[in-house]
Amino acid sequence: MRWACVLLPQLALDGVLRRCSDPDAPLALVTGTAQRRVLQTVNPAARALGLRAGQSLTAAHALTHDFTLVEYAPDEIERWQRFLAAWGYRFSSHVSLCYPRTLLLEIESSLALFGPWPRFEARLREELTALGFRHRIVAAPNPLAARILANAHDGLAIANDEAMRETLGRMPVERIGLAREVATAFARMGLRTLSQVLALPRDTLARRFPAQVQLHLDTLLGERALALDCYVPPDRFDGRIELNFEVESHQALLFPLRRLTADLAAFLAGRDSGVQRFALHLQHADAADSVIQVGLLSAERDPAMLFELARGRLEQVQVVTPVRGVRLLARELPAFVPEHRELFDERPQQSLPWEQLRERLRARLGDEAVQGLRAQADHRPEHAWQAAGDGKPGPILQGPSRPGWLLRQPMPLRESAPRILAGPERIESGWWDGGDVRRDYYLIETRSGQRAWAYRPLGESGPFMLQGWFA
Amino acid sequence: MGAVVALDDLLQQRRIWKAQPTPLPPSAQPTGHAALDALLPTGGWPESALSEILMPSEGVGELQLLWPTLARLTRNAERVVLVAPPHVPYPQAWQVAGVDLRWLAIIQACGRDALWATEQCLRSGSCGAVLCWPQRADDRALRRLQVAAETGQTLAFAYRPLQEAINPSPAALRIAVDARPAQVRVLKCRGGLPSSAAIPLAAGQ
Repeated sequence: MRWACVLLPQLALDGVLRRCSDPDAPLALVTGTAQRRVLQTVNPAARALGLRAGQSLTAAHALTHDFTLVEYAPDEIERWQRFLAAWGYRFSSHVSLCYPRTLLLEIESSLALFGPWPRFEARLREELTALGFRHRIVAAPNPLAARILANAHDGLAIANDEAMRETLGRMPVERIGLAREVATAFARMGLRTLSQVLALPRDTLARRFPAQVQLHLDTLLGERALALDCYVPPDRFDGRIELNFEVESHQALLFPLRRLTADLAAFLAGRDSGVQRFALHLQHADAADSVIQVGLLSAERDPAMLFELARGRLEQVQVVTPVRGVRLLARELPAFVPEHRELFDERPQQSLPWEQLRERLRARLGDEAVQGLRAQADHRPEHAWQAAGDGKPGPILQGPSRPGWLLRQPMPLRESAPRILAGPERIESGWWDGGDVRRDYYLIETRSGQRAWAYRPLGESGPFMLQGWFA
Repeated sequence: MGAVVALDDLLQQRRIWKAQPTPLPPSAQPTGHAALDALLPTGGWPESALSEILMPSEGVGELQLLWPTLARLTRNAERVVLVAPPHVPYPQAWQVAGVDLRWLAIIQACGRDALWATEQCLRSGSCGAVLCWPQRADDRALRRLQVAAETGQTLAFAYRPLQEAINPSPAALRIAVDARPAQVRVLKCRGGLPSSAAIPLAAGQ
């Protein structure tokens, strides 16, 4: 079994940077008590200004004021780690969050699907870069060795135990995950690297050091198995981006929206599911959230499409108060069924399938905007049709010819003595459901040559009521 | 050899006029009315282009003109979209005309949204034909529809009032439907001079 360790060296900073539209602007994470504020992490642009991690905020402000301050939030780190685990779940069925800021993926069984390790690794790196996380990746025969080697290496792939033993042997004792006092004791004994420690007889090591040291070394070399808990992806997606400023225009919400929908798509790809309904919460400082429901007719997970649909809904909404944060909540995650495509499509130039076009139209025009049409077996014209979207054919009715257009509301025909071409045809129906109809229908030609379908209620001699056009 | 092909393309797109007339490649979209096909230079609707149907009022046979085409398209499982139709299509009449209602989609929209929806449907290339009833459509809007129809290689039909006949239009084909006498005239067709002959078309039964 082989393991890949994805170490995320600056998870907190990346988590903040990826929600900024300009990641190259100076930015520092600040922590500590209100009396003594200390910079926790700075990005390269801030470092170029002279800011350092560990500096007090007062000292930093003495240097420059041109940087953004963001509160360092440890729970955010955990959230991002869980998000990345959901992403990694796509590549491996065994993902572990055993170590902080680290993903451990079991890769041996994934190689058949994702190709040889160099290609697999390139894909992991590409997706992590697209998601905006800096990373170091190391593959090794056991998980602890992969984690320890990631301390000093990036891109290392070790195939067998001998090579692993040799590479591990060159690691300095301070960096192999031992407790600080143990590492110091080794250093004072003149043992600088792991190989020197391993050269010691086991019993002397056991006599001088606590049992955990021997256990750790055995696990590191793969002589003792390490039981890792499996990550289980949650059943819902809940992503949130807090904005550093108050936003009053749709344009400024598009960047966080794009991030959120891309995160949702990555999450869905990991679970191999789609999303059919999700909610966008626009969070305000002093008012309840504005909730925008986005519904789709079928489960989808294409990031561009999710973004476009969410954007279409967002642009329809009028938000009265400024927005401080955007949250995307997806509760129902049905299984994703890829669309069936013909290999030799009749329309090769077809750029947008009908299903996506329909979603796009519904997103802008409303859920009820796109309809089908179905015939109903009823003689009353008002009941002879039904707006349907399920694509089932209706019954084919035989009988006298009907007009191509049916008016939604009958209206009086403004013509005193029209020419009657055919009729009357009596339609008398509906006494059982309250929509009682007793009418005589005529085919009429107007003076201007239009052919109309009009009726007179039975027994009345008023004007003709126009109900359709023979177009 | 490449130059020869390019010249053929230019001739087909009618950017170059040859003094000696050559027959155009026949259209794959016959109208279903033999007399009308005979009048049109390609023997059918101009492919991937906008066709305008101008009518003085409703109920003069404007659907009869298109029903054979729509019936043929839906039989071949191509989608036909009606964008903002003025009335409800009576299913019985459309079925009798041969239209398979499973492939008919109706989009409810108004004003600019209707034009937007038409353009999206045309551009997507997933529809066989798109019918629209643009209101107050200016030259720019029609040109957009024409370009969208070319991009998506889709048949586009716009129903407009007959008064618009005096205004120029970017449509590849303009047909006027007269009520009295009931007939169809070709006002403009790309790739040939419009014939002055009128074809009788009986509205109604």
